Amino acid sequence: MNLNWFKYSSPASFYPFAGKLLPWFFWPTVLLTVAGLYWGFFQTPDVLTDQKEYYRIIFIHVPAAWMSMWLYIVIAGWSLVGLIMNTRLSYMMAAATAPTGAIFTFIALWTGAFWGKTSWGTWWDWDPRMTSELILLFIYMGYMALQAAIDDKRRADKASAILALVGVFMIPLIYWSINCPDPYQCTALHQRSSIKDIESNILWAMLTMTLAFWLYSFYVIFKRVRNIILEREKHTDWVNQLPEIQSVKGGS
Amino acid sequence: MMLAMKTVVHRDLILAMRRKTEVLTTLFFFIIVISLFPLGIGSEKQMLMKIAPGVVWVAALLASMLALERLFASDYEDGTLEQMLLMPQSVFILVLGKVIAHWLLTGLPLVLIAPLVGLQYQLPDAAVSSMMLSLLVGTPVLSLIGAIGAALTLGVRGGGILLSLLILPLYIPVLIYGSGAIEASMLAGASAEPYLMLMAAFAIVAVVFAPWATGAALKIAVE
Repeated sequence: MNLNWFKYSSPASFYPFAGKLLPWFFWPTVLLTVAGLYWGFFQTPDVLTDQKEYYRIIFIHVPAAWMSMWLYIVIAGWSLVGLIMNTRLSYMMAAATAPTGAIFTFIALWTGAFWGKTSWGTWWDWDPRMTSELILLFIYMGYMALQAAIDDKRRADKASAILALVGVFMIPLIYWSINCPDPYQCTALHQRSSIKDIESNILWAMLTMTLAFWLYSFYVIFKRVRNIILEREKHTDWVNQLPEIQSVKGGS
Repeated sequence: MMLAMKTVVHRDLILAMRRKTEVLTTLFFFIIVISLFPLGIGSEKQMLMKIAPGVVWVAALLASMLALERLFASDYEDGTLEQMLLMPQSVFILVLGKVIAHWLLTGLPLVLIAPLVGLQYQLPDAAVSSMMLSLLVGTPVLSLIGAIGAALTLGVRGGGILLSLLILPLYIPVLIYGSGAIEASMLAGASAEPYLMLMAAFAIVAVVFAPWATGAALKIAVE
C-alpha cells in the first residue's frame, strides 16, 4: 500500500479534513469533562492526607499544568518539522497551538494560587515549580508577541520557530537552575510527586480530566488552524469556492 | 577563518570608537541602576550586602540587553549585513566576531567597573573578586543568547521592548548562578567555585550553539 504522508500537509486538503474531525474531538471532550469532574467531585474521598475538600483543585490544576508543558513541546515539534520540511501547515499548527498552551499555563498558575492559599496559606510562593510555570508563561507570551510583531508571515513563521526551538532547549536549563539555586542542594515546596503514591481513584479521575483537556486542545487547535488557513489563503480559488465563504459573500 | 573573524571584530571596534557615546551609555546605565537601589531600599550596610549580588546581576542583564538592539541593527539598515552574509566564510564566524566585539564594548566594561560597585555597597574583597569573575564568565553568555533575540527582532516594529520579552526569561540561569556566586563568596564556609564552573559550562554551550541559531535567524531576517 502506498500511503501519501504529505496529502494532508497542504492547507487545501487539511482544511476539510480538520473540519470533519472537529465533532470527533468535541463530543468526547464534553463527555470526559463531565465524567471526570463528576468522578473527581463525588466519587473520591473528601480528605487527602492532611488536605480537605480543596485538594480537588488537583483535577483542574495538574491536567492544566501537564498540558501547558506538553503543548510547548508540540509547538517546538511543529516548528522543527516546519524548518526541516518547509511546510506552511506546520507553522500554522504551531501558531494555533500557542494561545491554548498559554491559557493552560495561566489556568495552572491561577488554580495553583487558590490551592496555595488553602494549603500553604499564601497565594504565591517562589517555589521552583511555580516559578518555572510563570517563566513558561513568559516564554509563551514572547513567542506569540514575536509572531504578532512581524508583518511578513513567512518570516514570522520561521523566526518564531527558531525561538520555540531555542526555548525548548533552554527550558530544562531554566527549570533546573530555579530548582537548584545552590549547586549542592535542590529544594522544593511541592511534595515530590510520584504517580504510584496517589490513590488510584483520584489518579484515574485526574487522568480522565487530562484526556479531556487534551481532546479539548485538539478541538480548539484544529478550529483555530482552520481560521488561520482561511485568513492566509483568502486569495486562493479553493477558499473562495468554499460553501461557507460563498454563503457569506452571497448574503452581504 | 580566524582572519575573517578578526576583521569583523576589528571593524566593529573601529566603528564603535568613532561613536563612543554608545559604549559609555551602557556603562553609565549600569552604574545609575546600581546607584538607584540604595536610594529606594535604604543604605544600611547589612541590607546593601544582602541585595548587592541580585542588584548587580539584574543591572548587568538590563544593561547588556539594552545594548543588544544595536548589535545588528545599523548593519541591517544600510545593507552591510546582507553583504556580510554572502561572505565565503560561515555565518558562525561572522556572528561570533560580532558578538565578541559587542562583548568587548558592553560586557568587559561592566567587569572592570565592578570594584566601584563593591565600594558603593561596602562589599568585602572576596565578594568583589567573585563579582568580577562571575561577570567575566557570565556576560559573554548574555551577549551570545541575546544575539539570537537581536537577530530575530531585526527591523521589527517595537523591536527593543519585544527583545526584552524574548530574551530576559532566557537569562534566568545566568542570573541565578551569577548572583549565587557573589552570595557564596560572602558566606563563611561556602565557595563560589561551583557556581563559576556551572557558568563556564553555560558559556561553552552558548559559544557552540548560540551563533548557529543567530546565523539562522539572520538569514531569515534578510531573506
